[in-house]
Amino acid sequence: MDGPFGIALGLITSADAALMQIIGLSLRVTLTAVLIACVLGLPLGAGLALARFPGRAAVIVMFNALMGLPPVVAGLLVYLLLSRSGPFGDLGLLFTPTAMVIAQTLLILPIVISLTRSVVEDLWVEYREQLRSLGAGRLRAVPTLLWDGRVSLLTGVLAGFGRASAEVGAVLIVGGNIAGHTRTMTTAITLETARGSLGLAVALGIILMALTLTLNALAWGAGQWARGRLG
Amino acid sequence: MGAGTSRMRGDTISTEGTPMRALRDTGSAILPLRLDSAGFAIDGKPLLSTLTLSIAPGRRLIVMGANGAGKSLFLRLCHGLIEPTSGRRFWADGSTRPDAQAMVFQRPVLLRRSVAANLDYPLKLRGMSRGARRDAVATTLQRFGLEPLADRPARLLSGGEQQRLALARAWAMRPEVLFLDEPCSALDPSATRIIEKMIESFAAEGITIVMTTHDLGQARRLAQDVAFLHRGRLIEHGPAAPFFAGPQAPEARAFLAGDLIW
Repeated sequence: MDGPFGIALGLITSADAALMQIIGLSLRVTLTAVLIACVLGLPLGAGLALARFPGRAAVIVMFNALMGLPPVVAGLLVYLLLSRSGPFGDLGLLFTPTAMVIAQTLLILPIVISLTRSVVEDLWVEYREQLRSLGAGRLRAVPTLLWDGRVSLLTGVLAGFGRASAEVGAVLIVGGNIAGHTRTMTTAITLETARGSLGLAVALGIILMALTLTLNALAWGAGQWARGRLG
Repeated sequence: MGAGTSRMRGDTISTEGTPMRALRDTGSAILPLRLDSAGFAIDGKPLLSTLTLSIAPGRRLIVMGANGAGKSLFLRLCHGLIEPTSGRRFWADGSTRPDAQAMVFQRPVLLRRSVAANLDYPLKLRGMSRGARRDAVATTLQRFGLEPLADRPARLLSGGEQQRLALARAWAMRPEVLFLDEPCSALDPSATRIIEKMIESFAAEGITIVMTTHDLGQARRLAQDVAFLHRGRLIEHGPAAPFFAGPQAPEARAFLAGDLIW
């Protein structure tokens, strides 16, 4: 039981305080980022699906491209904005969980916007005439289409969650990996592995995998249930 | 509901100018609907040309014609889903798109929610209060025998049930005129009979019916008036009996005889 796996299991089964603190912070940061990205991205994506304006194609391509934004670049961008000499330096947010939330929101937002646009655009083709006939204009159609696309949209939101919980570059740059303050599962794995302290790294890896697996199982189950229940 | 059967059959033009959304018992405020050489073209290609006609209240008008004659487009033009690119469309109340009209599509889009929620949706769009909506939904469910299905997801209903719900949803919107685009073309004979019965009961309540069909038997069963379209033009329009007995236009004669006229 002295190998990294043995130590990892020990840490997990004993609910080690440092381990729990790291998991808690990671979940808090990522879930907050997902929530903000949804609040902004769902209406924006739906609006982009229904609106017609010059340059719309360019905007769509841009958001599609931003889905692949490297986390370190997102981190760098937020770092520049929040660093003491940056435009928002006075807020003193750098190396706080808030800065990590901002960076992760930046990563998730394009995913939520792009997937929402695609889902809503497809639904709009089908619903358009009927909704107009019932008396819903484009603006009023937005919440209707979001609600009717809820099952497909859940997939997009989960993809966003997956991306944010797995990335290390952005939170490392803007959070600084300060123990007990801004240390997340991914930054801790990076640090502990570099230090040769593999037990904690493996424990966090297991937790991270289990989390992803659970979420995807839940999403799949929800999708199956909804298909049977909602048609 | 027990709305009068034929109370408002016939001429109700005298009520013109009364506020919009009059209830069916007080007569039609939005009809007749008049088209004045209305046309619709896409990229300069005319799909409907110089349509001039008046849709009178309290009648069942069946729109006929071969595939591609412009029947569906004609309904969409009347209903306000498309605007005429030439000529004009007048509702009797002067509005561009009155509320007191509804349309049922060949393949109705039902929302991914319960039957009751589907009935509630258009009423909510019209700003009805929660209480009034609850009553209206309950009334509608009861009127069409949909109570056992109220909580079922609408998308999982059978084709016939879905079309019944689509008609019920249209009815709940209190239309003075109901447009129906081939409402039975995807249905089996028994479901078709149910839908026809519903349409007849709507007409008996005074709802004006404008419906397309390519089923001649159905047209004969339901029509009081007939409009015959051919290549985007209105060739004949008038009472059904003389039309079926012997239409004036050769295209219409050929159509009734089952000849290929396209």
